[in-house]
Amino acid sequence: MRNTLIILIFFVAGLFFGLFAFLPDGLDGEEMTLYVLYLLLFLVGIGVGANRDTLKLLRSVNFRIFLIPLSVILGTFLGTFVYSLLDPSITLRECWAVGSGFGYYSLSSVLIKEIAGESLGVIALLSNIIREILTLLLAPLLSRIFGYLAPISAGGATAMDTTLPIITRSIGTEYAAVSVFSGLVLTLLVPFLVPLIL
Amino acid sequence: MITVIVLLIAGILVGFLLRNYRRIIVLSAKLTDAAIFLLLFFLGVSVGMNQQVVSNFRNIGLQAVLITLLATLGSVLVTYLFYRLFFRDR
Repeated sequence: MRNTLIILIFFVAGLFFGLFAFLPDGLDGEEMTLYVLYLLLFLVGIGVGANRDTLKLLRSVNFRIFLIPLSVILGTFLGTFVYSLLDPSITLRECWAVGSGFGYYSLSSVLIKEIAGESLGVIALLSNIIREILTLLLAPLLSRIFGYLAPISAGGATAMDTTLPIITRSIGTEYAAVSVFSGLVLTLLVPFLVPLIL
Repeated sequence: MITVIVLLIAGILVGFLLRNYRRIIVLSAKLTDAAIFLLLFFLGVSVGMNQQVVSNFRNIGLQAVLITLLATLGSVLVTYLFYRLFFRDR
């Protein structure tokens, strides 16, 4: 949650700069952001490659556990598909790209902004922050109605870190590893899925 | 967007090779945070300068809320289906 606040502060600070045009002409960062984004992706890759847990997790689990992140992907695509039918102003691809953040708002929003523009970037930022907040609020209720996998599913990529405490509090610490696994798989998929969809 | 995927894979390989150099890995994690903060600041800037987005903000906010509700509901329901089909024997 602390990180979410910091990120929102940076976004809102930028928003005010942009709105009131404190920045001199030509300093809107268009060119620079692209290179910073490339650097970011490389750094995200380093984090993934250096993470000892990644390999350990992938080795230690049976096939069935992959069904959990798979169901999150299918469900997210299904839900956002329904939305694209209801709202003609947004395409199915755009809806799927926004959904494919799975709560990982920082990376998905900057990626989407770069590929599809500010408007969809903001939708992705808000949407994925809301997914995290929804999970924090609803985890206990969801687990009572839909069983122990539900909060893990709602949490998406955040099930490995920011929503993990509330998830384990509502379904028990014995499922922490499952939660981390699902969140990790989804987190790894975000930077691949978003550009592939758009 | 090939660049994105190539850079990611290159990063993963470099990270894997350097995984025992904790100093470099910690530094790259800090740089990752800094890059994210910078990019979100500039996302804010370009949003603020984009009249179309600013005047549509309520609409965009509503879209974000509805997409998320459906995405989360869809996830929970499909996971529940999988749970009934594959996990109930636990």
